[in-house]
Amino acid sequence: MISLTSPIKTRAHGWPAGAKLAGLCAATCGLFLIQNLALHATVFVGVLSLSALPGRAFFVASIRHLRVLAPFIIVIAVWHLWTHDGATGATIILRMLSAVALANLVTMTTKLTDMIDVIRVLTKPLARFGLRANVLELAIAMVIRLTPVLVEKGTRLSEAWSARSHRRAGWRIILPFTIIALDDADQVAEALRARGGFDALKDS
Amino acid sequence: MEKNVTLIALFAALIAALGLIPPVSLGFGVPITAQTLGVMLCGTVLGAKRGTLAVLLFVLLVAIGLPLLSGGRGGLGVFASPTVGFLIGWPIAAFVIGLIVEKWRTAPLLIVAGVASVLGGIVVMYVFGIIGMSVMLDKTLIEAAKIALVYVPGDLLKAGIAAMLTSALATARPASVLSRVDAH
Repeated sequence: MISLTSPIKTRAHGWPAGAKLAGLCAATCGLFLIQNLALHATVFVGVLSLSALPGRAFFVASIRHLRVLAPFIIVIAVWHLWTHDGATGATIILRMLSAVALANLVTMTTKLTDMIDVIRVLTKPLARFGLRANVLELAIAMVIRLTPVLVEKGTRLSEAWSARSHRRAGWRIILPFTIIALDDADQVAEALRARGGFDALKDS
Repeated sequence: MEKNVTLIALFAALIAALGLIPPVSLGFGVPITAQTLGVMLCGTVLGAKRGTLAVLLFVLLVAIGLPLLSGGRGGLGVFASPTVGFLIGWPIAAFVIGLIVEKWRTAPLLIVAGVASVLGGIVVMYVFGIIGMSVMLDKTLIEAAKIALVYVPGDLLKAGIAAMLTSALATARPASVLSRVDAH
């Protein structure tokens, strides 16, 4: 599975993930404190220039991630044109765009392994409640490995459906799909136990 | 322990896989995806504790940058977008759904799972979703509710499907509906 980290290497890829995340938190809080439209426009142009620094392909990818906001931009724009308060509407839209674009920049420049290291540090205090870091890491790895397996089995189910019916399978295949998932869980758990289970995991 | 962690990971993967089923679009471009159906199933099948952990694991993977939300969305940007409240509400919805199914044992599973999915998967989830929209879009709660309500018909449909699936699963694999099985 491909993570959203950009394959285009930037200088920010080398920065510590914890620092980037802390900076992002501070910047997002800052965005909510600014009420001035001109300042928001300046910030947005700043974020756009940051995204443009690593080159054209990186810029296009980061703009593509913003497309999901389109329905909200339309709703807010129509709403505030209706109430004759365009300045507030523009402020809200620019703030939303800057916040999401900044967060995407952090995701695009941080490797999955670096993020998992941050999680290991952040979840350390939860150890006293019985959360083992290595079990969590194994669970993360299992989701990443099992998602394509399930997708593959789901695709085969819907192919089997369309071989017998001209109508679309839709939600009807979700029952056999869930049963397959439950049976897989049994087998995977047994395989884990057969290899010594979680006791065999080394504590990192 | 191995069994529980595997189930949690598998249901997190199930939510991801359900996001890849092509979404059905409502009137003006609001997609209904099967992912909230996955959240409901986590609660009705795995129960409160394991269901919440499965959904939390899924949300964690989205946060660290995996494109697991429908349409290949993911990463930290999702947590800065207007729909963040729904995502935060997901684990809590799974918890409420699981709790209702675990505690309310006098009625048939179909009805219990349906009521639980509506209360957790719609009422609880929308409380969080609407608060999130109100903060991110600078609207009052009532105004945000008007924007969010377009998603309700789709979610009602999903609550019905979740109830039917849970009841059918209890017939096909009785031991698998852990919210109703105590020995684990």
